Amino acid sequence: MAQIAESGGGDHGKKGKKRAKKGSTHVDMTPMVDLAFLLLTFFVLTSTFSKPKVMPLNYPAKVPDGEKVDAPKINNAATFILADDKVYYYRGEFYSKSQPGKDGPTELEEANFGSGENSVRKLLASWNDYVIKNKAILEQKLDKKQIADTTFKRKLDDLTKKPEAVKVLIKTDDKALCKSFIDLVDELKIANVGVIAPTDLSPGEKELLKEKN
Amino acid sequence: MPKIKMPKGTPSIDMTPMVDLAFLLVTFFMLTASFRTAEPVTVETPSSISDKIIPENVLMVTLDKDGRVFFNLSDPEARKEMLNDMLGKYKVSLNQEQVEEFSFMSTFGCTMQELPAYMKTEAAKRAGFPTKGIPTDSTNNELLDWISFAAKAAGNTGRTAFEAAKAKGADPKMEDFKPKFILRVDSKTLYKDAATVIDVFRDLNLNNLNFVTSAEAIPVN
Repeated sequence: MAQIAESGGGDHGKKGKKRAKKGSTHVDMTPMVDLAFLLLTFFVLTSTFSKPKVMPLNYPAKVPDGEKVDAPKINNAATFILADDKVYYYRGEFYSKSQPGKDGPTELEEANFGSGENSVRKLLASWNDYVIKNKAILEQKLDKKQIADTTFKRKLDDLTKKPEAVKVLIKTDDKALCKSFIDLVDELKIANVGVIAPTDLSPGEKELLKEKN
Repeated sequence: MPKIKMPKGTPSIDMTPMVDLAFLLVTFFMLTASFRTAEPVTVETPSSISDKIIPENVLMVTLDKDGRVFFNLSDPEARKEMLNDMLGKYKVSLNQEQVEEFSFMSTFGCTMQELPAYMKTEAAKRAGFPTKGIPTDSTNNELLDWISFAAKAAGNTGRTAFEAAKAKGADPKMEDFKPKFILRVDSKTLYKDAATVIDVFRDLNLNNLNFVTSAEAIPVN
């Protein structure tokens, strides 16, 4: 099968005596195979297997114009500020220099998106220790079929809203790129932070940021 | 003298199994391949660990790295309804053919004034159409209108689809048929530009957004 048919038209072979050609069912498959491989190559190279994924993020509802809402007191808050190509953070509430808190005015610390010292991942893992530990316990229970899938989800949701769980505010500078924003949200999801609120920089924070640059 | 016969001609190899396999693979790739429709912008999305696949009924705003805004609505039926609402509001007219074509297009981005010229441009050349994208400034916020009309239209078609699924005897969840709001940003887009678009969504009280990301492995601790 599939061999190249020898041309039978020539005058080679035995002289004179012409044998009746044996009925051969060989079909020359070469062109078909060529085409098959061409198509194969095409589809292999063009097909994309990974469908794009989406990362859900809930934004806080907008306050209607004219209404004034005081910033809610958040316990165990952490604020990340994305500037240019740097990430800064501080814990707890913001205290300006003129009105310092009991630990003095707020200072911005620098973090990075690596996985080593001072990386966002390490920081979040230590801050959100409570949630991560309890999630592991819940996961064990889920594995042992002690709790249902829906219960697991609900409990995890409750867990991230507890006072012990860290809540994160994200503020961005004018020059921050979307990449760093998504990276940060990604890190927060890795660390099981449930409450994420992207908000605007306050004037005090803007000043602190200016000093840093 | 006895003659020793030498094998003449080409040695034949049985190619059948190879051909079988080749066709099997061709069939597989043909059936699994999903073709991307031509997009007027190329966007390199950031990556995340999220494994949620992009839903069906979506309303997508795309921002390229220069901050130009593009828009897409997945459902053709809803697109037509949305376009008619927009044409009525901005007093721009398109012919029937163009409306038909619009309903099957994907992402687009131009002002309402540019729309007739944009539709006249050949599909393949639309990527080079000179435009600043859909305006989002407060004096001429076309994006807000696109989104609100699209949300209304997609909500309607979603409800129809939900009812149709219910009539078939399935037990569908309304949540699955509601339009989802997707934001596709380039890695190099300024967050400030994305925030403008996000504010438009928030003005319409649409606070649950989704960012398109490419998949990334979950880090092991």
